[in-house]
Amino acid sequence: MVPLNWYLILSAALFCIGMYGVVVRRNAIAILMAIELMLNAVNINLLAFWRYHEPVAATGQAFAAFVYVVAAAEVAVGLALIDAVYRRRRTVDPEEINLLRW
Amino acid sequence: MTAQQALFLLFGVITLGAALAVVVGRNLFHTALWLLLVFFGVAGIYVLLEAPFFAAAQLFIYMGAIGILIIFGVMLTRRVMRQPLPRANEQWWLAAIMAVALLGVLAWLAWQQPWTAAAAAVPENSISLLGLALVDPEGFALPFEVASVLLVMALIGAVMIVRER
Repeated sequence: MVPLNWYLILSAALFCIGMYGVVVRRNAIAILMAIELMLNAVNINLLAFWRYHEPVAATGQAFAAFVYVVAAAEVAVGLALIDAVYRRRRTVDPEEINLLRW
Repeated sequence: MTAQQALFLLFGVITLGAALAVVVGRNLFHTALWLLLVFFGVAGIYVLLEAPFFAAAQLFIYMGAIGILIIFGVMLTRRVMRQPLPRANEQWWLAAIMAVALLGVLAWLAWQQPWTAAAAAVPENSISLLGLALVDPEGFALPFEVASVLLVMALIGAVMIVRER
């Protein structure tokens, strides 16, 4: 069987790659994709702990299911916002979208 | 090394390699395709974790719905799609240091912790247990309903935001 810490390290690596993407990308859609990477890393972690600690209880799986719901809502609203901004400003560069910046 | 560990390494390499391609690629459309490969690799990991429901949901929801939605998003911002993505911002090296440092700390924590080695077997009916827990008032019935309302509100809100005025 695969040791639990392999899963944890995989998910940590995926999370850090996603975090790097969120910070450095200069395209809102690319940032959204990097957030998806981070959400997937969280789900790997939740399911790994569910598998290795409480496979009989459904708690870990239920939490992972809620992450799915949040991810779907986030993508829908995020892409809608990006599309609305793009139609108005003709750009998706977060550094040029500075209407709310002081 | 057992077959499971070999498969884990295979899916792990697929996932992390594609994830790196997602965050450094210069072509937004190709980046979206790499993201689909990440979702596929994670689905393989879920199979190894004996979570068949999530492996299937990963393929349907992530690769099917979210992946296609992102590709639509890429295509709707067409002028951006045609030109290569702008370079990473000036602080990319700082972000890289932070990411590697965070990875180092998390990996060290995961490595030196004596996790329980042997896990109990997953019950045969783990999917129906999950389904029951989601509608059980003692379990997750309320969070489940709240999540449903959240999703509906997010979708209605998305439609409101993109509506032509």
